[in-house]
Amino acid sequence: MRFFKLMVGVVCALAIGVPALPAPAADPVKVGAVLSLTGGASSLGDPELKTLEMMVDQTNKAGGLLGRPVELVHYDDGSEPGKANVLAKRLIEDDKVDMLIGGTTTGASMAMYPLVERAQVPFISLAGALVIVEPVKRWMFKPAHHDRMVGQRVMLDMKARGYTSIAMLSDTSGFGQSARKEMLNVAQKVGVTVAVDETFNPKDTDVTTQLAKIKNAPGVQALFVVTFGQGAVVVTKNIAQLGIELPHYETSGVATREYIRLAGPAAEGVRLPAPVLMVAADLPDSDPLKKLSVDYVREYESRYKTDVSSFGAYARDAWHIWVNAVTLAKSVDKAKVRDFIENTTGLPGTSGMINMSPQDHLGLDISALKIVTVRNGKFAIAD
Amino acid sequence: MLPELLQFILSGMTLGAMYMLSALGFSMIYNASGVINFAQGEFIMAGGMAASFLSAAGVPLPLACVAGVMIAGLVGGLVERLAVAPARDAAVASIIIITIGVSMILRGLTEILLGKRPYALPHFSGEAPLALRGATILPQSLWVLAAGALIVLGLSLFFGRTRIGKGMLATSYDRLAAQLVGVDVRRVLTLSFALSAAIGAVGGVVIAPISTVAYDTGMMLGLKGFVAATLGGLGSGPGAVFGGLFLGLIEALTAGYVSSAYKDAVPFILVFIVLVLRPQGLLGAKPTDRI
Repeated sequence: MRFFKLMVGVVCALAIGVPALPAPAADPVKVGAVLSLTGGASSLGDPELKTLEMMVDQTNKAGGLLGRPVELVHYDDGSEPGKANVLAKRLIEDDKVDMLIGGTTTGASMAMYPLVERAQVPFISLAGALVIVEPVKRWMFKPAHHDRMVGQRVMLDMKARGYTSIAMLSDTSGFGQSARKEMLNVAQKVGVTVAVDETFNPKDTDVTTQLAKIKNAPGVQALFVVTFGQGAVVVTKNIAQLGIELPHYETSGVATREYIRLAGPAAEGVRLPAPVLMVAADLPDSDPLKKLSVDYVREYESRYKTDVSSFGAYARDAWHIWVNAVTLAKSVDKAKVRDFIENTTGLPGTSGMINMSPQDHLGLDISALKIVTVRNGKFAIAD
Repeated sequence: MLPELLQFILSGMTLGAMYMLSALGFSMIYNASGVINFAQGEFIMAGGMAASFLSAAGVPLPLACVAGVMIAGLVGGLVERLAVAPARDAAVASIIIITIGVSMILRGLTEILLGKRPYALPHFSGEAPLALRGATILPQSLWVLAAGALIVLGLSLFFGRTRIGKGMLATSYDRLAAQLVGVDVRRVLTLSFALSAAIGAVGGVVIAPISTVAYDTGMMLGLKGFVAATLGGLGSGPGAVFGGLFLGLIEALTAGYVSSAYKDAVPFILVFIVLVLRPQGLLGAKPTDRI
């Protein structure tokens, strides 16, 4: 009996004593990431992971966060939204992460969100679609321009240059089709007529048929190609082959140097909206976005010996939004960090100046998307 | 109207030549073993990737292309020896499932070894398009067509004139009888995989300058090749040639005159109709029942 009382006493003492002990310095802050490292979206997920690993190293080298080291736990969803949901559950329940980054694709992000909301974890999605931030979801944020903004930017540029009747060529992937719908909406609002609306499979090796139709359609003043990756390269080469002289627009999805390298001279003169990152070196020194973008590009390219992409840059911005919020909150308490993320103001990123609010979990405006053009094998700010 | 039609036909022929090379691989392996090899698309990809990688690493273009085809041929032979041969007593359906597994492994290995980014080869003879009565064609497309024609010619000589080719044909008619008259059936099987991988790889190499090639390029080409082979009649050489070109043309004309949204659906609907009306394919031999 006395032994039992003693045990109760010890247990009680431990229970009271433990929280009073200072947390050991080695206890890391955990960041969970679900990314598409294999499958269809792997060309997006790959630079995202590389960037996050670089960010973790940088943060730890600079003394960690609130005096604690940072640890990244990441899983690959194989570009399948269904898997992303299971992996998010694992990160929340088993790994007990303090925040979540990811969902390379819109499907994955949306599949993860119900769990995130129930567990109340701050979540920054890297995906592209409008649905991530509209309607506003309490625990989900987004550091990259959504497809509607990309469409608006392109259509406004077309309008300003006097193109009111255009041809649109979109791919049949999930991204292409959701973006196509968004672009048709925007076109109607801005007053641009989509006279020819064609599609192609992003794995097609030849798109000259659709392009020949566009070439021969009367009254078309410009061509807008809605796709990313390899598809854009094939289309661009085919346009050159057919000698189509129409002004050629692409989405921000092709804002990679790889595109220019693969499409070669055919890419000259292509216009597209791109995050500041791609033309950072051309910005005036006074621009607050210049130094961080140039630094990111230099560090990434010297570390990985490969071209930087805007997808990696989204991960960089996501990381900084979170670090900024934790620093201001002086804690990794999930609810507090969420509130501070929501009130992010004047934080410069690679996509623009970030100003969030309870009504706006994106915090970017359309002016931060620059219309760039390919000139002498490089992206340059268009006039 | 005419230049437009001509453009569609030229596009369709280029596509069709590609499908034809893929379909020939399907047919050859089907003949030798009765197996539908779903890793055929990956052989195409492997050839294109290997050649592009070597070329990017500084190997002269012709050498890189030949090496790419040979590497893919080697991969094909290895696949047969390591994955298919050990299961030779299994049911055909099991072996087909093995080839699906092999295709995933090949995709994954390429992804790990060469990365996820797409590669491109330089065009073999310039990028300036050739004009033809208002339509245009890339010199590279002529290479694709020429490679297709040469391979068809080469194969007909191989099967008609060489001992090992005749042995392969004999095996496809009756494996046991071929074995009895002294054909090394094991070797024939390995050779059929190596050869169809090499043929696919030729396609992968000549198309790479136009379309770029990445680790996941093979899936769609493999699938279309399978449709083309089925359309023409599985196991029939002329059937594969006809099926490939027909499929390419139908796709281009559908995209041109109906809607590009249906372009990928039409071939699959077509194969459905053909299989219902003529299960042996358009040019396939009528199956004869043994009594």
